Amino acid sequence: MSLCIDNIRLVRDGKPDATTSSVVVEDGRFVAVGDSVDRCEQHVDGQGQWLLPGLIDLNCHLREPGAERRGRIATETRAAAHGGFTTVCAAPDTSPVNDSGAVTNLIRDLAESQGVVRVLPVGAMTRGLGGEQLSDMAGLLSAGCVALGSGGRPTANSRVLRRCMAYAHTFGLTLFVQPENASLSAGGCAHDGVLAARLGLPGIPEVSETTAVSELLLLAEETGARLHIGPLSCARSLQLLESARQGGLRVTAEVAIHHLVHTDARIDGYDSTYHCRPPLRSEEDRQALLAGVESGLVDAITSQHRPQDGAAKQAPFPETEPGLSTVESVFSLGLGLVQSGDLSLGRLLEALGRGPAEVLGQAVPAIEPGNPADFFLVKPDESWWVAPETLLSAGKHAPVLYDNLPGVVSCTYVGGHCAYSDQKGNA
Amino acid sequence: MAKTPGSLQHTPEGELRHFISIDGLDRAMLTRILDTADSFIEVGERTIKKVPLLRGRTVVNLFFEPSTRTRSTFELAAKRLSADVLNLDIGTSATSKGESLSDTLLNLRAMASDMFVIRHAASGAAHFIADAVTPDVAIINAGDGRHAHPTQAMLDMLTIRQHTGAFEGLKVAIVGDIEHSRVARSQIRALNTLGVEEVRLIAPDTLLPHKPEALGVRVFSHLEEGLRGVDVVIMLRLQRERMETALLPSEREYYKLYGLTTEKLARTAPNALVMHPGPINRGVEIESAVADGPQSVILGQVTNGIAIRMAVMSMAMSGQLAERQRESARNREGTRS
Repeated sequence: MSLCIDNIRLVRDGKPDATTSSVVVEDGRFVAVGDSVDRCEQHVDGQGQWLLPGLIDLNCHLREPGAERRGRIATETRAAAHGGFTTVCAAPDTSPVNDSGAVTNLIRDLAESQGVVRVLPVGAMTRGLGGEQLSDMAGLLSAGCVALGSGGRPTANSRVLRRCMAYAHTFGLTLFVQPENASLSAGGCAHDGVLAARLGLPGIPEVSETTAVSELLLLAEETGARLHIGPLSCARSLQLLESARQGGLRVTAEVAIHHLVHTDARIDGYDSTYHCRPPLRSEEDRQALLAGVESGLVDAITSQHRPQDGAAKQAPFPETEPGLSTVESVFSLGLGLVQSGDLSLGRLLEALGRGPAEVLGQAVPAIEPGNPADFFLVKPDESWWVAPETLLSAGKHAPVLYDNLPGVVSCTYVGGHCAYSDQKGNA
Repeated sequence: MAKTPGSLQHTPEGELRHFISIDGLDRAMLTRILDTADSFIEVGERTIKKVPLLRGRTVVNLFFEPSTRTRSTFELAAKRLSADVLNLDIGTSATSKGESLSDTLLNLRAMASDMFVIRHAASGAAHFIADAVTPDVAIINAGDGRHAHPTQAMLDMLTIRQHTGAFEGLKVAIVGDIEHSRVARSQIRALNTLGVEEVRLIAPDTLLPHKPEALGVRVFSHLEEGLRGVDVVIMLRLQRERMETALLPSEREYYKLYGLTTEKLARTAPNALVMHPGPINRGVEIESAVADGPQSVILGQVTNGIAIRMAVMSMAMSGQLAERQRESARNREGTRS
């Protein structure tokens, strides 16, 4: 079966082509890029849309197994495809925690049978994510985990962290760690700023992140472990990262999309939608994170997609669950930042493609003959209405809701198969 | 987008319908509350201490945190307004069986409750209930986490006004654990809204919020310096757990540095008022001689608490009822057309 998509624009070096071209897909791979090929069995008119390499998300909570009322692999991978993602890393904080080959296999089986995008499981670096005992790292690796991580939970014990890194280094594993010093963030639920002081919300100070970043960087330096940190929320964390990089440390970092578009001003009126961890911080922090993405200091933009059901957000703010449903709006929110001049298109696409691929040690996605046909088509000049009924995720707490966002994804293909199309709702 | 404190607490016509925080209320509204409370003080002095303003209305006292004084003054206030009062012991009620806060309140609303008086350990609890759970039941915040305790702040304002006559030109110092205090947050807001000259906070850095100046205050680290020339001193209660969580070294050191003694009180303006929201820790934040001395108005605060609570309960109920009537009139209009 061969498919030719005509009349599309490729984006090279951050610039959309002035002229349209065609791509040909056969057996799940691109076989030709450039001119139209007449002999194809199926032709699709791209109507001048951009054709982009499928996006890669390093931080996605699919919620299955364990929290199916908040999201399932079936629903959340469709949401990912709706957002232009063709690959998502599944965070290990499932129930049971993905700390054994059996859970990894379950996730892979569910992804195979019910998912529509590539799901790369991330294993737990400690047993049960309890932060006390090492998980069976080598076993998780052989079961198919691409990395091991903290699942967004703080690791209280420095000694365990050091041993995780040393053990992971033995097997060349990458560790995904969210920096949070639990003793400094204890009891907190919002950025420790002027607004939290007024609202009486217990604060999460910046130092709960920055001291953890320092510790992680020093431990990575000592153990030689391959470390990926984030989501980062503070300007100061980026300064620490920069000086470690300049000192030659091999460490990568991510920021989550909501920290690039919002500040703690969003929680005024106790709006629990914006309860997330790390918390939304100040405008200076947001500007520094944008600059970090633009300069390449930050390797990846992630969704930190963490769908919640209504009950999880229906309580007094400190008692609500942190997390937003973001995977469907990452690209659109990013495009909005490009249109407002806060970010270049080239860096946005790199931070959702090349950057995460390099963190995973995978081939950089590109529209080139021989590569897997993971791509999506998007109408950059059109906008879509974000509302519960237009979101495919089971979680409806999106970073922007009841508003229009630029960039309409019209279809997403994974390995040459359609994972999402606005023509048939979802695949 | 969640509602702002201003739009949440007012009807579209500008009447009070919930009393959640001082934030969002203007000077005219605060003054109206004080004036209404003044008129209720007389009720407390009668032999028959009742007015029929809330007759036939059901007020539910929902205290998710223990309280003696606040809860009993709310109960007395409701009874003096002739309301039927239901006190819910949350320790044995449904939330301890896993029922959510929303469900508990929706069940109580189904019992035709007209007003909820709520104390809860989470900041924003009363706001959440008024915004998202039962906006058609008048909500009175009796303290939410560290956020607000607006009836306490207003009874303090009433006490100050009784003694000073006006707020202009006053310098007020609040001493102690500001960071964890909902009382202080509400007092700061009320004092600034009512137009005092200066609000001072006196505390060590560990008991101050992040960038306290943003709250509209001057910050002092030393008690003697901060007390110089003030007209009102408000002492806050020190919780014992502050020592256990490494915020303070010891009660003794705290008393030595921040305890209000006769000697330190001499730094204030002559006859400055000494206030305390209670319950007081004698010998921890305040010397007995000061607490019981001629400048102390601590017991007057308690008496005023009933009048203030009667005021906000009657005002919020009347605003809420007016809004409900307009609502049903609009609905009738809708069905006719």
